[in-house]
Amino acid sequence: MKRFRMSQQEIVFVVFALLFLVFSIFLNGFLTAENMLTLLQNVAVLGILGLAMAIVVIGRGIDISLIAALAVPPGLVLQMVQNGHSLPFSLLIAVLLTIAFGLVNGWLIAYAEVPSLFATLATGLLLAGLGQAALFQLDVVQWSPGMNGFERLGQGTVLGIPTSIWMFAIACIVVAFLLRQTRWGAYIYAIGDNPYAARVTGIPSRPIIVLQYVITALIGCFAGLVLAASVNSMPTRIFNSTLIYDVILVVVLGGIGLSGGRGGVLNVIIGTLLIGTMLNGMTIMDISYAGQNLIKGVVLLLAVITDSFLNPRNEETAQQGDI
Amino acid sequence: MKHLGNPTKAIVSALALAALTGPALAQQGLDEPFQKPFKEALAGKTVAYVPVAMNFDLTEGWYAGLKKELEPFGVKFVIRDANWNTNAGAQAVTSLISEKPAVMVVHNPDVQTYAKLLQRAENEGIYVIQINMGSAYRSSAFVGANWVEIGERQTEGVVKACEGKSNKIAIIQGALSAAASAYTLKGVENVLAKHPEIKVVSSQAADWDAAKAKAITQTVLKQNPDLCGIVGFWDGMDIGTAAAVKEAGLTGKVFLATSGGGERKGACELVKSGAFDLNMSYDVPTQAAQMAGTIKWLLSSGAKPGSIKGSEYTTLIPITKENADSQTACWNLSDLKK
Repeated sequence: MKRFRMSQQEIVFVVFALLFLVFSIFLNGFLTAENMLTLLQNVAVLGILGLAMAIVVIGRGIDISLIAALAVPPGLVLQMVQNGHSLPFSLLIAVLLTIAFGLVNGWLIAYAEVPSLFATLATGLLLAGLGQAALFQLDVVQWSPGMNGFERLGQGTVLGIPTSIWMFAIACIVVAFLLRQTRWGAYIYAIGDNPYAARVTGIPSRPIIVLQYVITALIGCFAGLVLAASVNSMPTRIFNSTLIYDVILVVVLGGIGLSGGRGGVLNVIIGTLLIGTMLNGMTIMDISYAGQNLIKGVVLLLAVITDSFLNPRNEETAQQGDI
Repeated sequence: MKHLGNPTKAIVSALALAALTGPALAQQGLDEPFQKPFKEALAGKTVAYVPVAMNFDLTEGWYAGLKKELEPFGVKFVIRDANWNTNAGAQAVTSLISEKPAVMVVHNPDVQTYAKLLQRAENEGIYVIQINMGSAYRSSAFVGANWVEIGERQTEGVVKACEGKSNKIAIIQGALSAAASAYTLKGVENVLAKHPEIKVVSSQAADWDAAKAKAITQTVLKQNPDLCGIVGFWDGMDIGTAAAVKEAGLTGKVFLATSGGGERKGACELVKSGAFDLNMSYDVPTQAAQMAGTIKWLLSSGAKPGSIKGSEYTTLIPITKENADSQTACWNLSDLKK
């Protein structure tokens, strides 16, 4: 069996390659440069969110409040500009709000030692509720003339490639650099692999955990700005959608185990590509909504089942928090 | 000619008499016999409002309009926000039945969930007014848009714009579980049945989500760059559809029809900018006024709840480039809240 052992990342990559091949052969108009760009563009925001989630998951945490960070600070920018504030000032306030939010998350998890799942579940509700009750007039915050020019973050092309793909690429490079080239990144892996050992060896684990959540919230806010720019509005109700599951799916499907300490940017890219290919192909085929859900479910199940056959859980790999 | 002078004199003297007695009558005043019972019928009554969620233009507009019309008459206006949660809404309706308000204004999330409850409410003596989204139960009044008509008129607009072009259209539906979406689709089908030359290249649900609508539209436009029209089901979602059309450089070439409540930023501004070509508005302030009128009529009529039933379908306002600049085509939420 040893010869066939593949990591989940490789399995998902094979599924993606097969799917891509089948679509390319049988689906007219799939394998064109334009459609490839559309495919990537459609999952760029999901990919950026996947990167944000990857950082905390590698550090053996999870951030359910990510969609609140995506919706509320960028929504605040649009609302403030609509109310007559300048764009730079609004952006500054939004970034400060995001950092404060990340600090609250990090403090709860690192110092108050609340499990990340519960802490971020609560803070996400809090932030979304704050937005609904105090910050926004309506669920959908509309674009206003003061925002003109800012839509380039999510619309248009640079060198023939849509800007949201560039944004995803930039986010990939930044996160990859952070995780692989900096000491902080190494600490995140160490904490995710074994938090107790990390602390014993003198890693400042609590500040690093706080840092993870601040960075995650900031990337979430960035994804929100790209999203708002690309649809010319901020539908803040997105917090109530199932987007967070898609994000976790991208991360886990890509092979970043929820038990922490494993995976990287490449895994997020593979997970994102698989989801993107499925969505794009099914839209071209004009498959009904129910049919799409069915196919998505079957493909994901296949990937997970294959993984558990080829890489059975044992005492070493099964850790607290592993799903 | 002299004999004609007498009647003239008589008229003049009669007028003089009237002038003398007139002020005397006015000083006494005349009681209008119906206003007092009307005021008594409204004062201290409770009207409960159960929208599917607050914080969006439609429900905020209805709320502001109803409040403005009813509170001056001493009506207590309470709100139970279901916040997109069908269960929470059903619970709110159930607890309201025991609280016995005089009137319930209910915005159904779907056709079935509240139907039995609303029937029970009317049996318990509560008037039920259903708004914009009706249930299977027909209550005292329905005030709202005719979704089938909206679908028909949007599609007619698209079909007309497609004349002499590719005849390829796309449909961006809302959420599959929402009856408003299904009814609109029926309207679309009604028109398409009369136009076999039109080819629907894509008909997908975007879950009322602008980002999903954009993703679907982008893919569809890449596959069919000669698309001539899109029927979208809600302006809040079709901002995304419009963004995809704009990015493809096809604004003005692809006719985009949508619908909504006619709030200025979400409707007129976007029609003016060219994002939408047609926005069928169901004019929320008028709907709110009709709801308030119905409540006043029902309360003052003394009719037994459920004994009379009627509907008030909204007269739709098609917003196009021609009227998007006018003061009356759209409304501002901030003005309505004043």
